[in-house]
Amino acid sequence: MTPVIATRDLVKRFVKKPDLAGVIAGKLGAPVNEQVVHAVDGVDLHVIKGEVVGLVGESGCGKSTIGRMIAGILEPTSGQISFKGRDLDELEDAEAQRAKLAVQMIFQDPFSSLNPRQRVAGIIGEAPLFHKIVPRNELSGYVDEMLQRVGLDPEFKRRYPHQFSGGQRQRIGIARALAVRPEFLVCDEAIAALDVSIQAQVLNLFMDLREEFDLTYLFISHDLGVVEHISDRVMIMYLGRIVESAPADEMFAKPNHPYAQALLAEVPRLDQRKRKFHPIKGEIPSAINPPKGCHFHPRCPHAFERCRNEAPELKEIAPGRESACHLNDNGAA
Amino acid sequence: MNKRSAPTLSVRDLRTHFHTKVGVVKAVNDVSFEVKSGQVMGLVGESGSGKSVTGFSIVGLIDPPGRVVSGSISFQGEELVGASEERLQKLRGNRIAMIFQDPMMTLNPVLRIDTQMTEAIRAHRDVDKQTAWAEARDALGQVGIPSPEERLKSYPHQLSGGMRQRVAIAIAFINKPDLIIADEPTTALDVTIQAQIIHEAQALCRKTGTALIWITHDLAVVAGLADHICVMYAGRIVEEGKADDIIDRPLHPYTIGLIGSVPSHNKRGQRLYQIPGMTPSLLNLPPGCAFRNRCKFDDQECLIEPGTTKPVRGRQVRCYHPQRAETVT
Ligand SMILES: Nc1ncnc2c1ncn2[C@@H]1O[C@H](COP(=O)(O)OP(=O)(O)OP(=O)(O)O)[C@@H](O)[C@H]1O
Ligand SMILES: Nc1ncnc2c1ncn2[C@@H]1O[C@H](COP(=O)(O)OP(=O)(O)O)[C@@H](O)[C@H]1O
Ligand code: SF4
Ligand code: SF4
Ligand SMILES: [Mg+2]
Ligand SMILES: [Mg+2]
Repeated sequence: MTPVIATRDLVKRFVKKPDLAGVIAGKLGAPVNEQVVHAVDGVDLHVIKGEVVGLVGESGCGKSTIGRMIAGILEPTSGQISFKGRDLDELEDAEAQRAKLAVQMIFQDPFSSLNPRQRVAGIIGEAPLFHKIVPRNELSGYVDEMLQRVGLDPEFKRRYPHQFSGGQRQRIGIARALAVRPEFLVCDEAIAALDVSIQAQVLNLFMDLREEFDLTYLFISHDLGVVEHISDRVMIMYLGRIVESAPADEMFAKPNHPYAQALLAEVPRLDQRKRKFHPIKGEIPSAINPPKGCHFHPRCPHAFERCRNEAPELKEIAPGRESACHLNDNGAA
Repeated sequence: MNKRSAPTLSVRDLRTHFHTKVGVVKAVNDVSFEVKSGQVMGLVGESGSGKSVTGFSIVGLIDPPGRVVSGSISFQGEELVGASEERLQKLRGNRIAMIFQDPMMTLNPVLRIDTQMTEAIRAHRDVDKQTAWAEARDALGQVGIPSPEERLKSYPHQLSGGMRQRVAIAIAFINKPDLIIADEPTTALDVTIQAQIIHEAQALCRKTGTALIWITHDLAVVAGLADHICVMYAGRIVEEGKADDIIDRPLHPYTIGLIGSVPSHNKRGQRLYQIPGMTPSLLNLPPGCAFRNRCKFDDQECLIEPGTTKPVRGRQVRCYHPQRAETVT
């Protein structure tokens, strides 16, 4: 089946400008290197129609950067992104526009992503009107319908964002995305800022909308419990690379990659009382100077010589399962 | 632990209110609980429920327009409500320590870590500089900071967020306080760092017999850490008891809903139980039970604020109609 979204060797590097101390040192003749952040370091992924794929990993590992490139709001440094089998940069203008609308992003902070001076009706109605998805005389009814779909009273449409609670604002953000009839939603920490009891409401909404609109999701979150609940498949990232991809139940039952194993062991769970925590040793290394070879080798309990020099490829280890670890070549994992 | 030993901290009928221009915010409204030596108490609730204000009240860090309006906070038998600022300052950082969500509430950005740590030691104990420095180094090692000698020479901005928080925790523990209040210290951190910090906190409490109050909105975290749990809603403790009782057999409709809505407690892919409605504003709480407009068991009785039931094996609930989980979710 042709994936809705696929990437090939996707790379994003950011060049970090030297800070003030660096600039001064440079002026005085000291060699100052521009620092390069390897935010996304050669990622191949694909998402099949109707799938919910969870993307997890620790802060700074590159999740949002991938999400933003897929949603077309950040230019990749190199590599390819394809929509329904066709490379985005080969599409004609009109097609490219359609592909762009088909992929929408929902952000963490429902407040900063909504224009504070625009009424809800405008926030939701602007894009579908501009892109001629709805004629002007039907717009009002269309906005009402979108509000209803996300569980808000159409009466609310004359209000401004600050007149809503966090959960309601997130619903407005979702209605805005739905209004351009997307096929694919990138949800980046979309419930992280909400109160616990409200998180459940919004998660349920995502699941209902999936059925109703036949949506496909890339669900980015650092909350592994949430990801386990909502995803069909889970991808785990470490320092710019995907280290494992597996169906959610298999991933949580029996992760293959040593980092995946360590990460999933840390997840606090309601059914574990007075447990002893056995944390992974060491810090996440910096994306400015990632370790050579396997990025995880300085913290990996199984690291051996090859890991220090050669980066493991993400390879199929069983049907539907991929992992990037040299141990799989030895049949030892 | 000797069950009959006097609690390290005993909070009785505490009310802390903020007298703002738009009205009185009853952030903490009639809160009582105890924590014993070596015990971990989890204080759980959603944002705005009054957890931090409870913590700040205990360490005497409530500023106008806020005020402890009534009640008692007894620390090792000493009354802290109304105690002099001088006395409170002496206790803070020595017998009582607080760890904040933002470690920069503890750390001074313009001082090196070693300066801050040795000062924290020497402010309360008569030891020479070398001894204090060695203690600081060991304390950093204990919270899992690699090459502590190096780190001691850094300024806070040279450390990652997780490392700063561990330094703040090392400072909180350095004088072996009898009580530590940790206010969402791991909420902003990754799970692997969170696990490291909880691991250190557990180990240190066990070793030094420190009483620990762990404030969080994350039930799964306290499930793995706490002996005892208090659940807060709208400024009140609505339910308290042993961790196992609260999580396996919650009684209050709010607690039941909260536990029911945790994803890992639900079948994968199925709709989550959801508590209807929104968290209330403390400014205009309706009369009676604050959970009334979200509760499906409310009736005439609930129009009058419910009191707390008599404790049964440490178990208390503030509700007229305690439920079993099956009847709610
Ligand atoms: N505009 C930018 N300029 C420089 N560096 C950037 C920029 N955006 C992201 N980065 C860096 O790229 C790396 C990946 O960042 P990204 O935001 O994708 O991480 P993330 O996995 O989403 O983390 P989090 O869980 O904290 O949201 C980080 O090291 C980050 O500091
Ligand atoms: N300085 C202040 N002035 C006015 N209201 C405050 C102040 N600090 C806290 N509050 C209010 O007290 C209530 C409880 O706050 P807090 O204890 O911080 O909640 P949380 O449970 O999230 O820690 C909230 O309604 C909050 O808005
Ligand atoms: S490749 Fe080597 S270092 Fe990397 S995860 Fe596998 S065993 Fe560990
Ligand atoms: S007192 Fe009444 S309204 Fe409040 S939680 Fe109990 S049953 Fe519900
Ligand atoms: Mg991000
Ligand atoms: Mg707080």
